[in-house]
Amino acid sequence: MANVLVVDDLDVTFSLHQSEVKAVSDLNFTLSEGETLAVVGESGSGKSQAFLSIMGLLAKNGKASGRAMLGDTNLIGMAPGALDAYRGKDIAMIFQDPMTSLNPTLKVKTQLAEVLVRHQGYTLEKAVRTTIEMLERVGIPEPVKRANAYPHELSGGMRQRVMIAMALLCKPKVLIADEPTTALDVTVQAQMLDLFKNLSNEFGTALVLITHDLGVVAGVADRMMVMYGGRCVEQGPTDNLFYDPRHPYTLGLLHSTPHVAKRARRLDPIQGLPPSLEHLPSGCAFHPRCAFRFDRCFTERPPLLPVEDVREKACWYQGELNYEEVA
Amino acid sequence: MQTLPADSRSDDLIKVENLSKYFSVSSGLFSKPFQLKALQDISFTVKRGETLGIVGESGCGKSTLGRCILQLLTPDDGRVLWMGQDIAALPPEEMRKHRKDLQIIFQDPLASLNPRMTVGEIIADPLKTLMPELKAKERRDRVIRIMEAVGLLPEMINRYPHEFSGGQAQRIGIARALITEPKLIVCDEPVSALDVSIQAQILNLLADLKDQFGLTLIFISHNLSVVRHVSDRIMVLYLGRIVELANGDDLYDDPKHPYTRALLTAVPIPDPRRARQRTIDGLVGEIPSPINPPSGCTFRTRCRYALPICAQQRPPLESTGTRMIACHRWQELELKPGA
Repeated sequence: MANVLVVDDLDVTFSLHQSEVKAVSDLNFTLSEGETLAVVGESGSGKSQAFLSIMGLLAKNGKASGRAMLGDTNLIGMAPGALDAYRGKDIAMIFQDPMTSLNPTLKVKTQLAEVLVRHQGYTLEKAVRTTIEMLERVGIPEPVKRANAYPHELSGGMRQRVMIAMALLCKPKVLIADEPTTALDVTVQAQMLDLFKNLSNEFGTALVLITHDLGVVAGVADRMMVMYGGRCVEQGPTDNLFYDPRHPYTLGLLHSTPHVAKRARRLDPIQGLPPSLEHLPSGCAFHPRCAFRFDRCFTERPPLLPVEDVREKACWYQGELNYEEVA
Repeated sequence: MQTLPADSRSDDLIKVENLSKYFSVSSGLFSKPFQLKALQDISFTVKRGETLGIVGESGCGKSTLGRCILQLLTPDDGRVLWMGQDIAALPPEEMRKHRKDLQIIFQDPLASLNPRMTVGEIIADPLKTLMPELKAKERRDRVIRIMEAVGLLPEMINRYPHEFSGGQAQRIGIARALITEPKLIVCDEPVSALDVSIQAQILNLLADLKDQFGLTLIFISHNLSVVRHVSDRIMVLYLGRIVELANGDDLYDDPKHPYTRALLTAVPIPDPRRARQRTIDGLVGEIPSPINPPSGCTFRTRCRYALPICAQQRPPLESTGTRMIACHRWQELELKPGA
């Protein structure tokens, strides 16, 4: 499969009053056509900022460096005017809260058709027709009626479908979805995840799913990337990471997640709190919470290195990840 | 109205009978307000020492029910028997005597803490109104004891809420609920705003505290994995009515109501192979508006098993002894386990 997005050495830094905070450090990954990559991490892990920087949507005090190659084009450092030729056309992003992402004063069809008029040069009439077709594709009943509605007249699930329809109008190569189902009820979430799967098959769109929910990852992702303290700590095929995690943080996340089909008496959580990016621990950022740490972890940061062919991890510990052995 | 004699030996800590709660919603300045039936005809018991989970989608009435039990909202109909005594009818001063036994933990830990009070003041606050007889020294000792029990360092007593992370703030909320040594705590989405690793810490903490203090918990959540993890029995609500109530294992392994089954198959499983294999019980559409609920069985508009009778008659809540269920067809349907 051809690579559609190649990210090299991505750094994101925010300048505060007195200091600088690095939200993302040294991120490298590739995304191939039609694949679904899940990006997993807790708050402050840098998972959202990494992709906001690729979209050129960082806050004013944020700065990105490195490369994000969409085909032959580097999106990092591009002027906003130039970026607009790609955003919404070749690469699109949807967010957790669909209400705040839609313009409340415009009818659904107006804001969706605008995308096609602008990027594809459609006439308004043709754009509206295509819009209605797309609303139907994403499973909106009575698409003509909904197209004439304002966002507040739609339910949460319906609004998220509208956002997905909008993002897919130009058949983007890459769709980035930041916690797209977190605000939705579980039955609607299931419908939405199904929709993502079908659409990426149908349009060949590569999907980046940013989420904290490992259940969501298991259902849809081909590969996953686990982030901690602004860095990727482990990445590889979803099954490998779930059934044979090699980084203690990945293992800890899996142990922390309650499973609907199994009732364990106790969960086995990671001790302590996620670090503040302003005061990242020395060495490996995870070492204060890690059950497998040893001397080296306190002083030296482990690089992200290949393990087997298909996966990478950043951890000094080479033994088996077995809680009993350390305890 | 005469209240029933208090029977302190009874296993039932709380008995809710035919509870209903309506809100009036105005649709405009000049139009007549109409009624939103948030809860209708809810009856169940909570036994001493158990954890009752309440699940359902947004708008099903689960939080309203929690607040009605605590009398933070006054039910429009029905009774709430607290150890045999009807507290739904009590005037506020009388209710205050019971408040120290009934506490609540909220979803958003930071929003539910007063930013201008120190941690010590926040945790001690319920004692001022509910146990005014305690001296300052006793109050402080109690606060420190509880802080230790919930995993907060006693030296944090003079800090302010903004200095704490979400997980620690939730520990403060739990300490505040525990300080009066309550018998029952309603936990309203207590871990939904927390990161996964912190969520697990708080769930373990609640389990430990429940054993340590002999608590009874009502655990409200939209997250079915979390509810299963903590609950002995589970109630499923849909549009303000109970559709099914059973022991956790019975409910999850052998759901009888089509809605329960649909909910269970929709829960994401953190296990890729199982997630790929299973078929989601494609529940169509979304929860209808509670302002204008469907006739008969309110779930029928999304139910694949619906028959004409489901539109005509509301299914009664039947009891089998171990399970309560409201579905016309529950005896004939063969539903596979959800997950």
